[in-house]
Amino acid sequence: MSIVTVQLGQCGNQIGQEVFSALCSDIRGTHGLCSKKENGSYQDSCKERFFCEEESAVPVARAVLVDMEPKVISQTLSMAARSGHWKYSSHSHFCQKQGSGNNWANGYSVHGPRHKEAIMNLVQKEAEKCDRLGGFFTIMSMAGGTGSGLGAFVTQCLRDAFPTSFILNHVVWPYGTGEVIVQNYNSVLTLSHLYHSSDALLVHENDVIHKICAQLMNIKQISFRDVNQVIAHQLGSVFQPTHTAGGGSGYSRNPLGELMESLVPHPEFRMLGLRNIPQMPESSLPYSTFSWPGLIKHLRQMLIANAQMEEGIDWQVRPPSSIPSTNKPLHFNTSIANLVILRGKDVHGVDLGSFQDPSLYTSWLNPQDAFNAWKTPRAFNKYEKSAALVSNSQFLLKPLDSIVGKAWNMFASKAYLHQYAKFGIQEEDFLDCFTTLEQVISSYTNL
Amino acid sequence: MTQSVVVQVGQCGNQVGCRFWDLALREHAAVNKKGIYDEALSSFFRNVDTRSGNNGPDIYKGKICSLKARALLIDMEEGVVNEILQGPLKDVFDSKQLITDVSGSGNNWAVGHKIYGCQYRENIVEKLRKTAEHCDCLQCFFIIHSMGGGTGSGLGTFVLNLLEEEFPEVYRFVTSVYPSGEDDVITSPYNSVLAMKELNEHADCVLPIENESLLEIVNKIHQMINSGKLGSTVKQNSLVTSSAGSAKTLQEKPFDAMNNIVANLLLNLTSSARFEGSLNMDLNEISMNLVPFPRLHYLVSSLTPLYTLADVNVPSRRLDQMFSDAFSRDHQLIQADPKHSLYLACALLVRGNVQVSDLRRNIERLKPSLHFVSWNQEGWKTGLCSVPPVGHSHSLLALANNTCVKPTFIELKDRFMKLYKKKAHLHHYLQIDGMEQSCFSEALFPVVCQ
Repeated sequence: MSIVTVQLGQCGNQIGQEVFSALCSDIRGTHGLCSKKENGSYQDSCKERFFCEEESAVPVARAVLVDMEPKVISQTLSMAARSGHWKYSSHSHFCQKQGSGNNWANGYSVHGPRHKEAIMNLVQKEAEKCDRLGGFFTIMSMAGGTGSGLGAFVTQCLRDAFPTSFILNHVVWPYGTGEVIVQNYNSVLTLSHLYHSSDALLVHENDVIHKICAQLMNIKQISFRDVNQVIAHQLGSVFQPTHTAGGGSGYSRNPLGELMESLVPHPEFRMLGLRNIPQMPESSLPYSTFSWPGLIKHLRQMLIANAQMEEGIDWQVRPPSSIPSTNKPLHFNTSIANLVILRGKDVHGVDLGSFQDPSLYTSWLNPQDAFNAWKTPRAFNKYEKSAALVSNSQFLLKPLDSIVGKAWNMFASKAYLHQYAKFGIQEEDFLDCFTTLEQVISSYTNL
Repeated sequence: MTQSVVVQVGQCGNQVGCRFWDLALREHAAVNKKGIYDEALSSFFRNVDTRSGNNGPDIYKGKICSLKARALLIDMEEGVVNEILQGPLKDVFDSKQLITDVSGSGNNWAVGHKIYGCQYRENIVEKLRKTAEHCDCLQCFFIIHSMGGGTGSGLGTFVLNLLEEEFPEVYRFVTSVYPSGEDDVITSPYNSVLAMKELNEHADCVLPIENESLLEIVNKIHQMINSGKLGSTVKQNSLVTSSAGSAKTLQEKPFDAMNNIVANLLLNLTSSARFEGSLNMDLNEISMNLVPFPRLHYLVSSLTPLYTLADVNVPSRRLDQMFSDAFSRDHQLIQADPKHSLYLACALLVRGNVQVSDLRRNIERLKPSLHFVSWNQEGWKTGLCSVPPVGHSHSLLALANNTCVKPTFIELKDRFMKLYKKKAHLHHYLQIDGMEQSCFSEALFPVVCQ
């Protein structure tokens, strides 16, 4: 089954290009560390999922690129073509001239309806090229105007046009200390709207990735390209083919569907966080060895203690004891559902019992249903062993609360509201969005 | 890619404008090595096939034939515009883009606004329409003028009004040169306050500039060059005040150095819209992020670095110094100290080889010393453009919406009151049709309310 990627805005397009690059270089690499047959079927599965082999010599990404100004798209297209190993189709991008001016209302109420037909036509064309459509993967940021506003509108259109397909939104959360001054407003508006149309929101926070670049990857002058490459690696580790429980003996044919099934049992809880270990500069890889028990132990503690990377984990945090008590320890991160994806050598013998501990999860879900594991012996991106965790838990509670708090603070003084009112978003619309998100925050808090 | 049109009004406006076009050509020449007319060029220039005379068709792609500036030059006396047309830039301007008269406005806002406004209204609208038609997607009008005189101030604000009526969707960014305390034009306070009222109501963003600050910067640079520290020489074309490498090879006039600073400001402001970068910041984003309430649209600007030393290695420390300088009093383009006032919002537009980690590090470092308003504690807007300005490896433009503009305006008001109380020179204004005493009191009100 194939996934159609929709890249929205500057961030979406820059990340999308890195994702396809990472996927392509992974399947071209010979570091599969597994049997030739296994490697072959992995490559075929990946190609079917993300690329289209048309008459051209190189695989063509199944993607639609959307932006309201032309510079980024032309850069993205040329970077892809320059790699020589893959490219974007020359007919699947849409851009305008003016940009959205970081104004969510402009993206949603003006650009959205105006360009709906053109954009949906492109999506329809990509969808038709797939033998079987597995769903949509949209990449956007929520701080700007296009990715956030137009992205929310396009997600709604996708939901209307393809009511039975899965839609996974990858949302990039901006740095806490400001990339855009009205980022909190844009974020609140985006998240509340996405909650109604998307199936799940997979989140990456710029602050977290920045720390990974600084501390784990040892990059001195971190550029957005470095940040995007780490994000692409993490996404690749989730979306490359794996053997899932329902997939039978071959590679899973319905990755998005199985993701949703494992992780989103209840519509109120849709925010997914992503962790991936190990993460290190490529130059260190030949000198490092890993053991599965070690990786699993770290990953589990990262989950429980809500650690963002494998350094600086708080090992003091423990799940609540078996004696039922009404007070859960404050730092403990309760999960609704978790999905662990293992790639590499000797993966089939790994013991994941520690993740099935009922005390990690809320009481209203059966621990057997709350935890799933996907595996493949084929190593990913030169890491001999790697483990990824996609978690529907309280990971994002604090950042979300902080964003809503700051937005509310600004809203109370009515700053910038005239900019949104100019394009039709009034105070009542803001209030509705705040209400939706407060509800989400309270649901996650009471786990 | 969007286009912008520059409207330069009055003597000051045209002189600054002239420097702007010169430096813009220099910048594009440095970046565009192949001579192909690309999108970046199209934001300020048209490519015209002049083989059949000046009325040739526009060429949208391909080699550069003849570049014409998207500009409108307006002045009520001919001296300045004529000089521009006889100078090296004469081919950049289309004769149809000029509106001139002979007698000037006599440093009288009312003459500029009411008399010449009415007289030339049709003419101006027609020429604006023509310029707009040549644009694929017009995003912004840049108005350059001074506040103290008659034409720039009066007719300039009339044009601003006109732009709002005729092109309501296009942004209006105004670069206003405010008169200093010892200005030689006696009626400048009247002209400035009357113009302020118009700016309050009709501009999207105003970048106030004060001659005193420009002069201080020029002096600082001269000192730096003349002190001739051993082993370090300043790259001539990196001076924010220099015209080196540009078309103007004649002797420099005294205001040229100061005007170059303003020209550089405009170039840096639009750089992220013209050139690529990892975090683009377009003009509509500037307006969106820096204007929390419609009337509070006065932005204090500062440019760094003012010069680059000739040695090539630029350690990180230098980079951080650039950020610190942007917030120091010496680099501001108006006489104000933003560090001791309240920030409503701040934008940092970085050009050149600077990455997001450098930006973050410096924001973290500088934040504790700056006071932000309570509802916008992290009110930073950032942009990264990969193309540095000529002569530098990186540069920073800081735009702040800060309450430090208040003292500037209050001072203006005080000077106004001094004259008004004695009704000095008032008769010159009142004898113009349509001007009444109430205009003055109306104009005063908004200034006070800031």
